[in-house]
Amino acid sequence: MEARLFALQRLTAMVMAPFVLVHVGLVIYAVRGGLTAGEILSRTEGNWLWIVFYGLFVLSVSVHVPIGLRNILIEWLKLGRAAASVIGLMFGAALLVLGIRAVAAVGGLA
Amino acid sequence: MDTTHCTNQRQLTVRISRGTEEGKFSTYLVPWRDNQTVLDVVTEVQRTQEPGLSYRYACRVGVCGSCAMTVNGKPRWTCRTHVSRVEEAGVIVIEPLRNMPRIKDLVVDMREFFQKWARAGNTFVGTATRNDPPALVSPQSKQRKLADAAIECINCGVCYAACDVVSWDKDYLGPAALNRAWTLYNDERHADPKDVLHKATSGSGCNSCHTQGSCMKHCPVSLSPTGSIAGLKRSAIFSLLKGG
Amino acid sequence: MRKSARNHQAYWAFLGHRLSGLALALFLPVHFYVLAMALDQARLDAFLKLAELPWMKAGEWGLVLLLTLHMFFGLRLLALELLPWRTPRDARVAWIGWGFAISMATGLAFIAGVI
Repeated sequence: MEARLFALQRLTAMVMAPFVLVHVGLVIYAVRGGLTAGEILSRTEGNWLWIVFYGLFVLSVSVHVPIGLRNILIEWLKLGRAAASVIGLMFGAALLVLGIRAVAAVGGLA
Repeated sequence: MDTTHCTNQRQLTVRISRGTEEGKFSTYLVPWRDNQTVLDVVTEVQRTQEPGLSYRYACRVGVCGSCAMTVNGKPRWTCRTHVSRVEEAGVIVIEPLRNMPRIKDLVVDMREFFQKWARAGNTFVGTATRNDPPALVSPQSKQRKLADAAIECINCGVCYAACDVVSWDKDYLGPAALNRAWTLYNDERHADPKDVLHKATSGSGCNSCHTQGSCMKHCPVSLSPTGSIAGLKRSAIFSLLKGG
Repeated sequence: MRKSARNHQAYWAFLGHRLSGLALALFLPVHFYVLAMALDQARLDAFLKLAELPWMKAGEWGLVLLLTLHMFFGLRLLALELLPWRTPRDARVAWIGWGFAISMATGLAFIAGVI
């Protein structure tokens, strides 16, 4: 399992690199001249490119983050591997739920 | 020791961790000499001041790796460490190697180190018999070059002591065992390289390495377990992709 | 003194990578929660007004740094783990400095847009 988690984390990392670049670029562009809800939502609501992009981003993040956290739990908090896996799984589920909720809200799907 | 005759002689303060398990520091003074190694100092303390001090050494010329200890926080070969290079304000602090249970004073139990060595798949299995001609291994082949770059390990344990992942994760095989696995994986005479790769990636194997590189930083013969482990990771991924 | 065995570049890169990842991991649920406030535009606007405060902007700058740093240190790891090494001891240490520099430059671009 360790080998599989390792591979998944590296895979999601590679997938996310371009996502991060686009996201940081977008953020720097969007914050110019202040930010309002109306401004953001007028660009994102019903925008399927945006929805798919950030939907995939949320999915990758929900896999990538817990695997990294699991390592910290095992190595620094001295948790057993099983316990760390459970906590990681729960955190990943939380990220997925909150993330999809956010995408739905900003994408105007909710 | 009577120091009143030596009031003009500069002294080196030596703090040595003694005892079993946690241990306590004992402080000794030895004459300051321009050219002395940490091993010289430990030996002088044991022979002239503290006969009960336990420590290991053998060749004392930097080829056997037996004298490895923690000196001022870093794991190193004490016979290859000049006091003048490491002393801090006239003090050197000597402790046993980290990550291995202490037997007594500066002597550690290396059994787990060697058990992990075996667990990483480091048992060579030949494919030829005594009746076959010797294997013709080209030293220029890509595989042999990779193996040769890592082959000089003499199991001194310094990298194992330097590795934080070893200290954080009891199951981690460690840099030395994995470095050796890499050499065996690249040994064209070995019967089962797949098996080595499998063992090196199982449990807390090469995938637990976070590339801090402390092993590479402290290896007394300039090996790179960091590089070897990266090679194992790469080979494992490609093997996975090829359906291995 | 016990810590001096960790005083080298590749170790700092590991620490930066891990700590930035941890910080981002803790930030993400908050980020997603705030974004979901979009369901109530007025509520989101109220938050965005709050985000105009200088220390909030500083926090955002910090996040941009953390994210870009984590990515660049991570790209170095991917390179180390997937690409061959030029020499056995070549741990692409230069990438650490470059990653840090590009990260700071990105942070600067962010700041320039919000001042």
